[in-house]
Amino acid sequence: MIHIVQNIIAIFFILAGLFFFTTSIIGLIRFPDFYCRMHATGKGDTLGTILLFAGFIVYEGVTLTSLKLLLIPVFIFLASPTVTHSIGKAAVNCCAKGWEKEKSKEEGASA
Amino acid sequence: MLMLYIITAVILYLFWIVFSGIFDPFHLITGAVMSLLIAFFTWDLLFKNREISIPERLGEAFRFANYILWLLWQIVIANIYVARLALSPRMPIDPKIIRVPIKLKKDVSMVAFANSITLTPGTITISVEGDTFLVHAIDLKLADDLLSGEMERRVAHVFREDLLPL
Amino acid sequence: MREFYIWVSVFLCVLTLLNLYRAIYGPDTLTRIIAINAIGTKTVMILILIGLIYERLEMFIDIAIVYALLSFISTIIAAKYLERRKAIE
Repeated sequence: MIHIVQNIIAIFFILAGLFFFTTSIIGLIRFPDFYCRMHATGKGDTLGTILLFAGFIVYEGVTLTSLKLLLIPVFIFLASPTVTHSIGKAAVNCCAKGWEKEKSKEEGASA
Repeated sequence: MLMLYIITAVILYLFWIVFSGIFDPFHLITGAVMSLLIAFFTWDLLFKNREISIPERLGEAFRFANYILWLLWQIVIANIYVARLALSPRMPIDPKIIRVPIKLKKDVSMVAFANSITLTPGTITISVEGDTFLVHAIDLKLADDLLSGEMERRVAHVFREDLLPL
Repeated sequence: MREFYIWVSVFLCVLTLLNLYRAIYGPDTLTRIIAINAIGTKTVMILILIGLIYERLEMFIDIAIVYALLSFISTIIAAKYLERRKAIE
């Protein structure tokens, strides 16, 4: 009985995580410039990872392995914003221009 | 001083146990020796400011955990926002790069604040220039939330910093 | 539950292929870097799922941790390199 409840909660978490992964990738493909794409990946990856690993931990139960599983989302929670920040800094120093609403007609959609 | 050294060694030893997962005497003793040795060399990297007492550190950790819970909720909101933008056919975005003046002084709180800006709806930190953050906002309405400084006050409360009023 | 995990990993592979579109045709180098970083995150998930499918999680979790660290460091290094080179195209 408790196994079935565990599995249902795990499936719920994993499906939610997959949904946010999917939207982050749709955002990555559809957004017009590089900074907006960073919005999609930086946030979507963090929440998708946290939700998927929550599902795995619930499925696994209280063991040493699930304690180890907990370390990866903690790491990605710290690393994903750092990566976003670092790439953004590189973009600013390379003088990448962002997409803006008014100028989009003249300059095209690329960054 | 000695207390901080022991705490560093205990943290390292816990990590050893979690990563090895083997409980025979050989691994346990090796782990103990290694964590004592490594703590001897590196304990001043983990605890930079030696004046703060241990109960204060515990209080800080507790407030930080509370803050993380609030941040998780913000991440969910941010992702729902991004999902709505990505799935809407016309994509109503108006991106701008803005400068946000910050009043935090400590390195730890600046890092926490920058990462929190990235994880909350519609804004990402791009660069730090002295005491201003370069923030890319996907919609200018969301930048107002950031400029009102509610999150900054929360971070300041976690790390016990006094913000001067504007 | 095992079938469910297999389908989840297939879905994640499809997402990785979609990501690969940006990694190959992305208009500039930095877009490629963020696409590859996203692929790295999904690879960690797929590694954990392989561990769950074959019931060898305690082995694959170590591989996944190391892969997460490596993908983080390689992205940071690529960004630093481009920042020094001051060229985007």
